[in-house]
Amino acid sequence: MIVKYIIRIFIFTTTLIASSASFADMRGSGDLGIIIERASGSIQIIETTNRTKLFNIDGLGDLSHASVVFSRDQRYGFVFGRDGGLTKVDVLAGKIVKRVVQGGNAIGGAISQDGKLVAVSNYEPGGVRVFDSQTLEMVADIPAKYGNGLLSKTVGLVDAPGNKFIFSLYDAGETWIADFSASNTPKITKFKDIGDQPYDGLITPDARYYVAGLFGEDGLAMLDLWHPEKGVKRILDGYGRGEEPLPVYKMPHLEGWAAAGGNLFLPAIGRHEVLVVSASNWKEVARIPVHGQPVFAMARPDGRQIWVNFAHPKNDVLQVIDVDSMSIIKTFKPGRAILHMEFTPRGEQIWVSVRDRNVVEVYDTETLKKITELPANTPSGIFLTARASRMGL
Amino acid sequence: MMKISSQSPAHNTLIGVSFVLFMLSVGYSANSAEQKPEPKRQRELIHLLVQDCGSCHGLTLKGGLGPALLPQDLKDKDSEFLADVILEGVPGTPMPPWNVEITELEAKWLVQRMKEGGIDDR
Repeated sequence: MIVKYIIRIFIFTTTLIASSASFADMRGSGDLGIIIERASGSIQIIETTNRTKLFNIDGLGDLSHASVVFSRDQRYGFVFGRDGGLTKVDVLAGKIVKRVVQGGNAIGGAISQDGKLVAVSNYEPGGVRVFDSQTLEMVADIPAKYGNGLLSKTVGLVDAPGNKFIFSLYDAGETWIADFSASNTPKITKFKDIGDQPYDGLITPDARYYVAGLFGEDGLAMLDLWHPEKGVKRILDGYGRGEEPLPVYKMPHLEGWAAAGGNLFLPAIGRHEVLVVSASNWKEVARIPVHGQPVFAMARPDGRQIWVNFAHPKNDVLQVIDVDSMSIIKTFKPGRAILHMEFTPRGEQIWVSVRDRNVVEVYDTETLKKITELPANTPSGIFLTARASRMGL
Repeated sequence: MMKISSQSPAHNTLIGVSFVLFMLSVGYSANSAEQKPEPKRQRELIHLLVQDCGSCHGLTLKGGLGPALLPQDLKDKDSEFLADVILEGVPGTPMPPWNVEITELEAKWLVQRMKEGGIDDR
């Protein structure tokens, strides 16, 4: 009897010790993030509070141009690889939960408003495929058919309110809305003749406007999601003023279009300029001359600064624009191939990948001084979990 | 000079013929696809191909916004034409002219390497 009692106490205390140990290990995921190591097909899980690496994970395939969206609980990252790989990563446990190769050649993805669906944009086969975010089972296939049975590459895929996904057809010059609010068989609305060669798209931070950048034309195609019946409108028509654009050695990215001070800051294609557009009437407010052709123009979360990186071969420079004065207040030269930047959720730090130096640098955005750098193998995209709560990211 | 001019006419002819052969061989190799960039420059070109061309054509060159550049995709295409595409770009598409940083010889070498395949930037 006494022996039995002692055993019970022993079991109880060991269980208690074990569970208190796991409580000690528990942590939130709001300060975590993923760094893409493009050439080695690996990622790092990092935390931005003490600025350390937590895990290395490999086996994610071809990660050129890879991007990540996060589950609404900020525990899982969905990594979209160039080779069509869709990998679900547990950022707390530091391991791959599931991986499928869903297409031949992919270009990013999005997660639905309710968090249940993950959509992937494909170059090959051209179209969008939608997956259950729990199981990664495919729930919908949307081939981007146009013309005489051709399939277009799809670009600029974002999520929008009402459990919708929006994307554009590069080869066809169309924008499509796929509405998943009623069922997993989406209702598709197509907007034709939006312009020549849409190469990327974005949704404004208030999730009202979808804007596609056009490679083949001087201008952008804008859709007001409050009034889709009004169709796609051309904005900033002829912003190049008929001048021949410079050759583009790296396409700008529109995910980073910045809304600050009531204006949108966006990279001009084929020009050494950041364009400033009023978000109320879509007219040009200003254009800011910069070091090279901008790739990303990212706004600090408070909208006071815009950080800009540049296309090859001028990609060794990073510039900071002060939104108030619309002038450049700092030029950094961290090294060749600055590929991406990401602000911490409240913007006190920015993380910058410097591919050819194999480091990620961290800057204090107030003092504009470098805080630290972390080693990373050919780093490209940096994605922090706070993206989980932002539309279009 | 005096010495050479004092040589027999036959000897002079021999020197002349050797000189012509030598010049021909220099001319030949300068125009040949066998001519290669220096090893250091080769590494730079492969880095450029994988990392920067790879932005559009994929790190493994299996395609992206731009077409695939693997041996099976290029085998039926003329090498001179492909080198021209690299140097001059393709108007009306995002393919820019690379002649600002790549010479004709380098473009031809890149085409040859892409046709061979197995490119690795390490």
